[in-house]
Amino acid sequence: MILQNLPYFASGIIIITGILMMITKKELIKIVMGLSLVEAGVNLFLVATGYITGSAAPIFTNADSDIMSYPVVQAMTLTNIVIGIATTALLLSFIIVIYKKYGTADVDKVRRLRG
Amino acid sequence: MIQALIMDNLPALLIAVPLLGAFMTPLTGRANDTVRNIWVILISFATLTAALLLTYEVLSSGTIVYTFGTASPSLPGPPDSGGILFRIIFAVDAMSVFMAVSASIVGFAVALYSIASNSKLSGKDGYYALILLMQAGILGMVCTGDMFNFFVFLEINSLAGAVLVAYRVDKGVAVEAGLKYAVLSTLGGLMVLFAVGLFYGQYDALNMAVIADNMQYGMLDKIALVLMIAALAMKSGAVPMHFWTPDGYSMAPSSATAFLVVASQASLYGLFRILFTLFNVTLNWALAGWIIIILGVLSMFVGVTMAIPQKDVKRLMAYHAVSQTGYMLLGVGVGLAVLGDETMMNSFGMTAMEGGLFHIINHAMYKGLLFLTAGAVFYQAGTRNLNRLGGLGHHMKWTMLFFVIGALAIAGIPPFNGFASKLMIYESVFMFSPVLSVIAMVVSVLTLASFVKVFHSVFMGPKLPEYENIREVPRPMLIGMGILAFLVIIFGIFPQAVVDTLISPAAEALVDQGGYISSVLGGA
Repeated sequence: MILQNLPYFASGIIIITGILMMITKKELIKIVMGLSLVEAGVNLFLVATGYITGSAAPIFTNADSDIMSYPVVQAMTLTNIVIGIATTALLLSFIIVIYKKYGTADVDKVRRLRG
Repeated sequence: MIQALIMDNLPALLIAVPLLGAFMTPLTGRANDTVRNIWVILISFATLTAALLLTYEVLSSGTIVYTFGTASPSLPGPPDSGGILFRIIFAVDAMSVFMAVSASIVGFAVALYSIASNSKLSGKDGYYALILLMQAGILGMVCTGDMFNFFVFLEINSLAGAVLVAYRVDKGVAVEAGLKYAVLSTLGGLMVLFAVGLFYGQYDALNMAVIADNMQYGMLDKIALVLMIAALAMKSGAVPMHFWTPDGYSMAPSSATAFLVVASQASLYGLFRILFTLFNVTLNWALAGWIIIILGVLSMFVGVTMAIPQKDVKRLMAYHAVSQTGYMLLGVGVGLAVLGDETMMNSFGMTAMEGGLFHIINHAMYKGLLFLTAGAVFYQAGTRNLNRLGGLGHHMKWTMLFFVIGALAIAGIPPFNGFASKLMIYESVFMFSPVLSVIAMVVSVLTLASFVKVFHSVFMGPKLPEYENIREVPRPMLIGMGILAFLVIIFGIFPQAVVDTLISPAAEALVDQGGYISSVLGGA
């Protein structure tokens, strides 16, 4: 039981770690790292829902098509990985600009917008 | 032949045209500025036309189900597919076209306005490409009938929006706002994706109609619902998840801000779609309704009280946007809170929902108009600080007129459109709970007070020496504002016609879960 659900627990732990990291860390880069962890956790969760015990991998082998698992979540995960790369790249480039303009990437000092 | 082809593929064209336009914009920009400007105007006009044609089709012949990759949703798949088919479908009902029309009208006005307001700035290719990309994201969100597809369009929308917020770096401050927006919307998007995974794990489906048909409302569904409400309410800028709104709205270029308002409303649409189409009466509707009402009342009140002390015109307007979102949540929330009760639903629930939905399109018009006038002031005077502005009414008569129209509409003064929808909300909410209605009215009065202050400090007073040489803004900007102002007045004078043709079908489509399911699954 525990072993079977291990991927779900793992994804839960990764997501919670990521969110905690986003809340507690002061460095902008580390916040983006936390966000990437959340994303990895969600990806793991998606892939985990796609596996059915006893089914074959959905690739062109000679396996019977009845026992192949349906590759929807895999496709979803791939899409999310691509979106994640774009998002992370965008966020990191924002941080580069902020660092250049402010001379720091510390959350406590990057606060010119308030009120 | 061509005509039939276009009419048959309208839902796909609605996305394809702005997407193609977005990626072609940098290429046309290589020729010169004029070619690119004409291209952008053409594309946004084509999108508006597609949206209007689609509205006509849907309102005259009912929900359109468009399946990608096959001619008809009921066709069987290839023999080796194992019988289970996952197809991306667009289910375009009255609610979807209502949002699509409101988004593409604002999109067209924004495109016209940007042509002039951006003429002196650099990086125009990317700017227009992002505007069109965001439009594609918004239209995709409101048309899709597939949960994962919804997530993808949500991400397109958020990423394009975040870059637009940060587009004019402005000593790094705009990038700070953009970063805030991007981090929050990505986190929200991941929450939506997690919920989609939960649905897929339980129902083996991504199609909204299939999920709605099998909805059990078990523990996992509740978790998914909470995740989605939190994520989408944050994206639509409801208190207590509103903190990105003033930063994002005030730092984005004004024309983009008018469009960001529509982007937030697309998230609001997602929220309503999930509550009504996916869950509907299986939900604990009274509780869910009250949650939405409380979110709405908080947004209304906190938004307006935070707006009053602001000194930056756009920041002030951004807080008002939060406050107006509260009205929509309040109206639809009251509808949700009496969803399962036939008599209450008929006596005031429907009117409350119609009021809430009507307020969405009205808000898109007058808030867009107000942000555009703020942009016009900034364009000429070079500052948004209320303490330094003054006496601009002598120089910018048209802008002043448009501002007055927008300000009276947002404060709910007849005969402008804000009055029409707010009256519907007041009346119906009063029958549900008088206290809520009184709060809504008080907020309206405070809104008026706040805009009187803005009007006075920007446009009234003697001519200031530093603004001696200011003239009226160029004509395309005036036309862009004029379109929205015209609609604000038309919607205000003939509210009943708008409600009958657009709003009532939308509200009914939203409430009628069975109708949605059967129109999508009926053939299969």
